Amino acid sequence: MKSVDLFRVIKPGLFTSVQDLGRFGYQRFGIPVSGAMDKYAFVCANTLVGNSVNDACLEVTLLGPELEVLNPTQVSLAGADFSVSVNDEVAPMWALLNLKKGDVITFIGSAERGCRTYVAVRGGIDVPIILGSRSTYVRGGFGGYEGCLLQAGNVIRGLESPEFLKERRVMPTELIPKYESKIIADVTLGPQEEMFTAEGVETFLSQEYTLTTESDRMGYRLDGALVKHKSATEIVTDPLLPGAVQVPGNGKPIVLMVDAQTTGGYPKIATATTPGLSRLGQAKPGDTIQFKEISSTKARDCYLEFYASLDQLEMKLIRQPL
Amino acid sequence: MYSSLKYSPVGDRALLVKFGDTIDLDINHNVHAFNGMIQEAKIPGVEECVPAYASLLVYYNPLKTSYEQMVFTLKDLESSLDTHDAKLETRMIVVPTVYGGSFGPDLINVAEYHHLTETEIVRLHSEAEYVVYMIGFIVGFPYMGKVPDNVATPRLETPRLKIPAGSVGIAGNQTGIYPRESPGGWRIIGRTPLVLFDLSSEKPVLFQPGDKVRFKPISEKEYEKLGGKP
Repeated sequence: MKSVDLFRVIKPGLFTSVQDLGRFGYQRFGIPVSGAMDKYAFVCANTLVGNSVNDACLEVTLLGPELEVLNPTQVSLAGADFSVSVNDEVAPMWALLNLKKGDVITFIGSAERGCRTYVAVRGGIDVPIILGSRSTYVRGGFGGYEGCLLQAGNVIRGLESPEFLKERRVMPTELIPKYESKIIADVTLGPQEEMFTAEGVETFLSQEYTLTTESDRMGYRLDGALVKHKSATEIVTDPLLPGAVQVPGNGKPIVLMVDAQTTGGYPKIATATTPGLSRLGQAKPGDTIQFKEISSTKARDCYLEFYASLDQLEMKLIRQPL
Repeated sequence: MYSSLKYSPVGDRALLVKFGDTIDLDINHNVHAFNGMIQEAKIPGVEECVPAYASLLVYYNPLKTSYEQMVFTLKDLESSLDTHDAKLETRMIVVPTVYGGSFGPDLINVAEYHHLTETEIVRLHSEAEYVVYMIGFIVGFPYMGKVPDNVATPRLETPRLKIPAGSVGIAGNQTGIYPRESPGGWRIIGRTPLVLFDLSSEKPVLFQPGDKVRFKPISEKEYEKLGGKP
């Protein structure tokens, strides 16, 4: 497919990377899934520009970038609340934006609520597909834009889309999440909850935990009430998935996120559900997290609901002819 | 080894199959055999399987199947597990390794832990033949065993923030190699110039489960000659 220069990076922001929905089928080689931290916002951004759900976007974290537009394009921003301007004029998030050559998109200040915003472009960002995905795995140094975070001077290319959308598109307010500094994350218990005392499990589910600064796309280290093991604090290394909450010997839970190692030797008290993990993707240091246990059956229902809601986004958009 | 496999749901999109709770070749063989059977059976809704020492994580698509349906299908497969071979290729891979010094800063404390000399630890570690049980952690890290009892040493109490690529480590009776610079708690006794993860290669990951491995002591000069990074 043909591609075209889209943006010159003037300022890269704190931690901006190219992501799609992730790299599947390689965890048995120790290669993590990666992909968007907040799937919901990511799919919203793609839907607003009429893309397929898996088209690559920029994931912006806490402090956003400044981008010069090199060719006409259509863009949307969805996720954490940022003040954004185009040529010094306020630009709305959660809406389709028409940009022309020479425009400058500026993220002003830091995210007010939430942590991550997705920048979707009509047609999707063009970077090589590595092991089935365009996602950046920064620690591994591959995927995305040369395996790295965006840097000043980079030129980001986009896949040429068949044609531009000829309508205004806006996400209805009721579909825009309200990001709070307290996040409630649904989890199912296990797979090793039996290695913790009843009191330990109770503590984990009833106390609030604070996200520390030692948190990134690989995992979130939490501060708060210690979770007690019965005795052993290690297991024979077994596989783990993004969303797993492991508790090492020091009793402080670590939530594994999308760049998680594929196996680990600490017992896992609980596992965040897919919608729960997506919500956790908007947590920033200092935010509090409350884990809420749901049954496996309920988790399945929530999963189906979550995907149904993603499927319906396109239909529910507010559209107006230009 | 458990008399029958244990199944448990993990989150909303995976299930864990447990075969036992020790590092054991027979148990591990069954993990890989069962994984192979699942791949061959092409079960609708199965997305990805991750084998480990004594367990197998099966990802499924809840839009296409359910936990109950998956367990029903897997239990049916399980009934013929005993007659299945893991069909792992058994290659022999020799890992040239510089032991000790700045390449293996923990060799000295491993020796002290066992009241042996560094030379004795090197001899014991490099005379044993290991098997790759699983690949995990980060990009192609081989988990190998078993390390002789008089070399086996617990992990560091405080993990290091940076371990160079190629570092050979020990954790209990396991030995492994860091494919990329990363944080980690294994005791580092040496370093190999071998490249374990290379995206430009047709097979990006060097090791695979079932490989037999021997470590061959080399000098720093040989390490450089073999392309090792300082």
